[in-house]
Amino acid sequence: MLESYVPLLMLMVLVIVSAAAMVGLSHLFSASRPTAVKSQPYESGIPPFGTARERFEVKFYLVAVLFIVFDIEVVFMMPWAVTFRQLDILGLGVLGGLLEMAAFVVVLVVGYVYVWKRGALEWT
Amino acid sequence: MKWVTGSAFVYLSAVKILAVFGLLMLIIAFWTLVERRGAAFIQNRLGPNRVGPGGLFQPVADGLKNFFKEETLPPFADRALFVLAPMMAFIPAFLTFSVVPFASPLPTPWGLVRMQVADLPIGFLFILAISSLGVYGFVLAGWSANNKYALLGGLRGSAQLVSYEIAMGLSAVAVLVFAGDISLNVIVARQQASVWFVLPLFLAFFLFLVAAFAETNRLPFDLPEAESELVAGYHTEYSAMKFAMFYLAEYSNMVTASGLLVCLFFGGWDIPFTSWDNTAPWTVWKTLATFVAFWAKTLFFLLLYVWVRWTVPRFRFDQLMDLGWKVLLPTALGYVIFIALATWALEVPGHEFGVREGLILAAANVVLGYFFFRVLDRNRVLGGPANRGRKLWRASAARRRS
Repeated sequence: MLESYVPLLMLMVLVIVSAAAMVGLSHLFSASRPTAVKSQPYESGIPPFGTARERFEVKFYLVAVLFIVFDIEVVFMMPWAVTFRQLDILGLGVLGGLLEMAAFVVVLVVGYVYVWKRGALEWT
Repeated sequence: MKWVTGSAFVYLSAVKILAVFGLLMLIIAFWTLVERRGAAFIQNRLGPNRVGPGGLFQPVADGLKNFFKEETLPPFADRALFVLAPMMAFIPAFLTFSVVPFASPLPTPWGLVRMQVADLPIGFLFILAISSLGVYGFVLAGWSANNKYALLGGLRGSAQLVSYEIAMGLSAVAVLVFAGDISLNVIVARQQASVWFVLPLFLAFFLFLVAAFAETNRLPFDLPEAESELVAGYHTEYSAMKFAMFYLAEYSNMVTASGLLVCLFFGGWDIPFTSWDNTAPWTVWKTLATFVAFWAKTLFFLLLYVWVRWTVPRFRFDQLMDLGWKVLLPTALGYVIFIALATWALEVPGHEFGVREGLILAAANVVLGYFFFRVLDRNRVLGGPANRGRKLWRASAARRRS
């Protein structure tokens, strides 16, 4: 089983080396003639003002937090989806597995409706 | 014939890796040309046609130019992260293709070789795990450049990639329920034994396609680099090879997404309506034929990317998030439940899933798809102006008669 990861490791080495080579070689070959104007942040030709380390909307954090909840849910569903046919829960066979996932999804949907109603998914 | 083992396995894997990496690079290089010529064709102009016959060597010229062009390393940027970001985007983009099977097994004097870089038992999970690492490239590029446009592009990119990954994962769960395995080889084999999953799982295919467009930052979802709003988004301050690496990553992600669509929904390397290509005595000819079949399907989806790019206008950011969280997520979740119930109802114990069940589900999908598209449309196109015009015309005709 584990030997199937060997080609993956080899590919990883190849990709990392080629990424580093691309950055390194182009750095060697390219000329660098910085001027005062070239070293300014690009703001569509207007002299830059202020800092780019601005505060940004809290919504982006919220999306990241929600993502963790729902992505873990997807990850939980995957093993269930794969073993779905062999499940035998509560002596009900496959139906038991279905009911168990239904319970999980119901809990999740309650959370989803709450998030929606609280306005966490609104962007305007 | 046995599978290759031992040291022959390692050597043949090395050959395979170099071949696949080279092939990917070649396809990506020429796809930039196809994209530009395709764009030109749609916009009724010529596109790059000077370098070589029909502009065939344009990618070579572009590559050389990117190598020797002046690099700007902005003094106001966070140097280490600024250099690291393009690599962080590049590395996962080229790793994900490794689990996609692209032809039938090849017989060699040392045994059978799988036409897939790494036959991982976790298959699809690997793609989900590695492709989400690409987010770091965007966020770091956006933040380290110390440019307002880049920061906004990076933030948008992270929110978008993260949101559509859920829809992508959930629509793939429908396939996994159906196939009963997570290895892409088994998923392809199940489709060869019954029907292509695009028929019984049409809605999942559509959701996956939309999510794939969003995950690869392509129009109509190219918000992170929307040129009319953010100059170039997260790579505004990048130039020369580092800029090219972001593009290589984007195109590599496109190839992987197309290959994945083919594997999950269009039978992988299966040649339709025949079974000689997926049965036991493997020959070199079978490998070549299935190789061509796989790439023909994949190139079709790559063409679709170009086609959609110049057809559909860009979303607004709030529309994008609404589509991801309020439409795709609940639809995909409901669809997984529907598919699980349908599989349970249709599969009599001891009876394998076959063509009959596939066609029954395909019919159910037509009905579901009709309602889905009607709701998504909100009386704008399907029941919108055209329909309203017809009603008005009928009313005025009735007035004229009376």
